[in-house]
Amino acid sequence: MDSIFALASAPGKAGVAVVRVSGPRAWDAVRALTGSVPLPRQSSLRRLRDACGEVLDEALVLVFDEGASFTGEKVAELHLHGSIATQRAVLRRLSEFDGLRLAEAGEFTRRALENNRLDLTQVEALSDLIEAETESQRVQALRVFSGKLGERIELWRKQLIEAASLLEAVIDFADEEVPVDVTERVSYLVKETIQSLEREISGISAAERLRTGFEVAIVGAPNVGKSTLLNALAGREAAITSELAGTTRDVIEVRMEIDGLPVTLLDTAGLRETDDYVEQIGISRALERAKTSDLRVLLLGDGVSPEIDLSPDDIVVRSKSDITGIDGGISAVTGQGIDELVGQIGDLLKDRVSSAGLASRERHRVAFLAGQNWLKQALAHLAFGPERYDLSAEEIRTAIRALEVLIGRIDVENLLDEIFSSFCIGK
Amino acid sequence: MKHRDFDVVVVGGGHAGAEAAAASARFGARTALITLTLDGIGVMSCNPAIGGLGKGHLVREIDAMDGVMGRIADRAGIQFRLLNRRKGPAVQGPRAQADRGIYRKAMQSELADTQNLTIVKGEVVDLLSVDGKVGGVTLADGSEIATPTVVLTTGTFLRGVIHIGDQKRPGGRMGDQPSVRLAQRIDSLGLELGRLKTGTPPRLDGRTINWSILDEQPGDDEPVLFSFLSKAPVVRQVSCGITHTNSKTHDIIRENLHQSAMYGGHIEGVGPRYCPSIEDKVVRFSDKDSHQIFLEPEGLDDHTIYPNGISTSLPIDVQLSYVRSISGLENVEITQPGYAIEYDFVDPRSLDLRLGVRNLPGLFLAGQINGTTGYEEAAAQGLVAGLNAAQEARGLEPVLFGRADSYIGVMVDDLTTRGVVEPYRMFTSRAEFRLSLRADNADQRLTPRAIALGCVSERRKSLFERKQRQLDAGKKLLNERSFSSREIVAMGIPASADGQRRTGYQLLSFPDVTIDSLKKAEDSFSEIDQPIAEQLQKDALYANYIQRQERDVAALRRDEALEIPVDFNFDLVEGLSHELKQKLSRARPKNLSQAGKVDGITPAALSLLLLRIRRFSEVRSA
Ligand SMILES: Cc1cc2nc3c(=O)[nH]c(=O)nc-3n(C[C@H](O)[C@H](O)[C@H](O)COP(=O)(O)OP(=O)(O)OC[C@H]3O[C@@H](n4cnc5c(N)ncnc54)[C@H](O)[C@@H]3O)c2cc1C
Repeated sequence: MDSIFALASAPGKAGVAVVRVSGPRAWDAVRALTGSVPLPRQSSLRRLRDACGEVLDEALVLVFDEGASFTGEKVAELHLHGSIATQRAVLRRLSEFDGLRLAEAGEFTRRALENNRLDLTQVEALSDLIEAETESQRVQALRVFSGKLGERIELWRKQLIEAASLLEAVIDFADEEVPVDVTERVSYLVKETIQSLEREISGISAAERLRTGFEVAIVGAPNVGKSTLLNALAGREAAITSELAGTTRDVIEVRMEIDGLPVTLLDTAGLRETDDYVEQIGISRALERAKTSDLRVLLLGDGVSPEIDLSPDDIVVRSKSDITGIDGGISAVTGQGIDELVGQIGDLLKDRVSSAGLASRERHRVAFLAGQNWLKQALAHLAFGPERYDLSAEEIRTAIRALEVLIGRIDVENLLDEIFSSFCIGK
Repeated sequence: MKHRDFDVVVVGGGHAGAEAAAASARFGARTALITLTLDGIGVMSCNPAIGGLGKGHLVREIDAMDGVMGRIADRAGIQFRLLNRRKGPAVQGPRAQADRGIYRKAMQSELADTQNLTIVKGEVVDLLSVDGKVGGVTLADGSEIATPTVVLTTGTFLRGVIHIGDQKRPGGRMGDQPSVRLAQRIDSLGLELGRLKTGTPPRLDGRTINWSILDEQPGDDEPVLFSFLSKAPVVRQVSCGITHTNSKTHDIIRENLHQSAMYGGHIEGVGPRYCPSIEDKVVRFSDKDSHQIFLEPEGLDDHTIYPNGISTSLPIDVQLSYVRSISGLENVEITQPGYAIEYDFVDPRSLDLRLGVRNLPGLFLAGQINGTTGYEEAAAQGLVAGLNAAQEARGLEPVLFGRADSYIGVMVDDLTTRGVVEPYRMFTSRAEFRLSLRADNADQRLTPRAIALGCVSERRKSLFERKQRQLDAGKKLLNERSFSSREIVAMGIPASADGQRRTGYQLLSFPDVTIDSLKKAEDSFSEIDQPIAEQLQKDALYANYIQRQERDVAALRRDEALEIPVDFNFDLVEGLSHELKQKLSRARPKNLSQAGKVDGITPAALSLLLLRIRRFSEVRSA
């Protein structure tokens, strides 16, 4: 049985973050982090250290024995000092231990259930969780990695389906008219995916995002009041750091801080239907930019809104409420609704770097690493050609499972679809 | 019911029926096999071949449970080939060309000699039920047979319709009538039915084929048989011929497409994508100007040739003209035209893991009636249904197969959770634990269980136990002796000089290491017999992977063991979305593992489900 861990405190808001570990290796993890294990049910202050002995945080540590914890297994709780960097470092450290992995949603509860230790509140929590999970994991992943990465994820999926189905075709239809050796193509596909994963892994961490800042695009029809809104936001905020008047003529960038997070506001000025070729190019560039931003604020007015795909988190507001008198709209002129908008943007972005965002990012990072690792093994087997296609296929299958949280489930039917559409099979 | 004539009645003597009857009788249940004609027992309706990838695995598993298909196929085999011989053992599948006549005769005499088994000639027209359970069957002559369990294995006979061009007529198979009244009875059970189709090529007269200009495909030099009890082929071995369609063939087919039953819109059933008609091939892969055809002899004393690769539902004259456009077949005569057949099948999601019908206790379904295709798939289901009918008739525990122990388990699980959209055939890629579910270790996986259940002949039992002892002893020897990296390099095996010692067993998994090279380095290994050593090498090759999968296997077994009560109402699970409830109600998972595979189910939803199931069971047992 694996030991599992996860952030147990409410995402985002708390000043203290609780990391919970459950399973046979829970106490070992505490020992490795702090040097010893405190007595059960007695909280004690400990220094948590990384593999090199560097202090990660000073934390309250609590352990529970088998049969006396809420999952029924050995449990450890680490009460951390909430900083996002600390949480991330501790989660990452835990994921390095053998036999420890990030819990699936609901997994603690499942264990409690299996050990007959479930109380009513947990059952309710479970229902909430399902509520929150109704969106598939894939949509969630795509939201975390908006824009470009979404496309890349789609590409991985395609490449892995092709690679796996080529191997399966050669294995399962050996007596049909299919190629005998697909090593070259499969190796190419696997290599491409490995490299692409590699690039993501290096750029993935939330810390990276914190350094470079978030991009928030304001989109809407011309004259709907985007620029006025931008000015109002900027004017209201004392912390404008610079104003770059259009590196391109289509997008105006304003850097500022919202709730302590570095944010670049983009005013995608020229979004409208036009016959002017140069302007068209500008518009498509602006749209592209908006698409890859972390968040979009769509301003609705009387005019026709530009065609842009919104993700579930994006904000839609009505402009010029001073004129239209619509409730819940904003007016850059009177300042009505601007505070709320800023608050909303801040909450959303904080959520991304906060525990929940962090946990899913950490989960993705682990998935990337595992996927890449299995694909490398596959590549090694592929070098032996058809003789080891069974093993190559197994590694690719494992890689696909590791990447499932991102690329979605791929099962035998997906592979058969691909095989039957590419080869004329059948006697 | 006042008395019972039999414990188990099997209806149909095809591959599912034969295996079901044999299994039930072997288990000690008094069994009757009712078939339309005695001579129809063991008939191959289509391709005169058994086994292949995934399918060969099934035959080995049937054999490991002491079933009949493997032994009969070995007796009738006229050409044996191990598919994927040059790939890893996990994906190697034994296949044989069978003499249809010998196969049928051998199957008939096997069943005739089976203890506890009575063969009855007759058509079953109705099922009797007593208190909502099966009570017996009625035959066409009006007689009744009382039994608590019935296994239906009527293949394509439910509302079967045969199509040749625009001609169609009711039929269960060429020359046989469909079972109309039985179909009506099944309607009344309220089971969900679907419609599928399949086709078969014209049969050719081998004496009119110009073999001299055709390529040959011989069998393997070292034939690999199906049964763990068989040693060598029994009858004379032959080759198959190979020819190809050409652009002229394709032209003829294209010009006459509108006359094809399938393309003329006469058929609504869904056909298998891996078994397309020649019409389909020409249309869907129009860029290919040639398709391969295997000319397979149907028997040693039979001139009939089965042209594998050109199944069709074109009119007879068109069949003749396109066949004659093919090299070597210029003057060929057709002895029986190709045809397509449409038939009803029962949505297998209405079955439990024993292949029992959920809303009529005592009724089991096996074979093509469940939407599968292929002899091996049919036989494997026959085994499951036969064993379980025998158990139920005597009030004993079910015998279940899981995804982690067998292809049989994979198939039953797939059928009962996913249902079928096209005729279901086994592939090795369907088995996620393919590396451990190998054809070579089917006996190690299943025979101990069969022995424990008491359904294994003395001969197989003692042979198996001897082999297992030898394997254990061999493995022990190999594990006891470890080699330093220096020794390993000295043996000419490329290994990193990491100072790590490796056991003989570990070394066996290295590429290019053979037991012979190890025997040279260590005398004690010479005690290990060659076949045992070869088996150990296959086991060793995958040992690491199997270890890696152990956690998954354990989790799967745990979830498979958490059964969902038949009368559990998914609509009442608070906290699940409406959509999820609907999906669950539709899929009716039999255990938690199956529930986990329902689209959209998350771990949290599973936990909730588990909780409700517990409550449900507690309340009921209280
Ligand atoms: C035309 C055709 C083409 C096929 N092509 C392929 C192919 O290309 N590849 C492939 O893998 N498989 C193919 N198959 C499928 C394969 O033959 C079957 O899947 C397999 O034989 C099914 O076995 P079964 O035991 O379920 O049914 P069957 O072998 O059909 O046996 C049914 C038995 O039930 C008996 N029966 C029916 N009704 C009654 C009754 N009322 N009372 C008593 N007895 C009854 C019949 O006499 C028969 O013996 C084809 C089948 C057909 C008919």
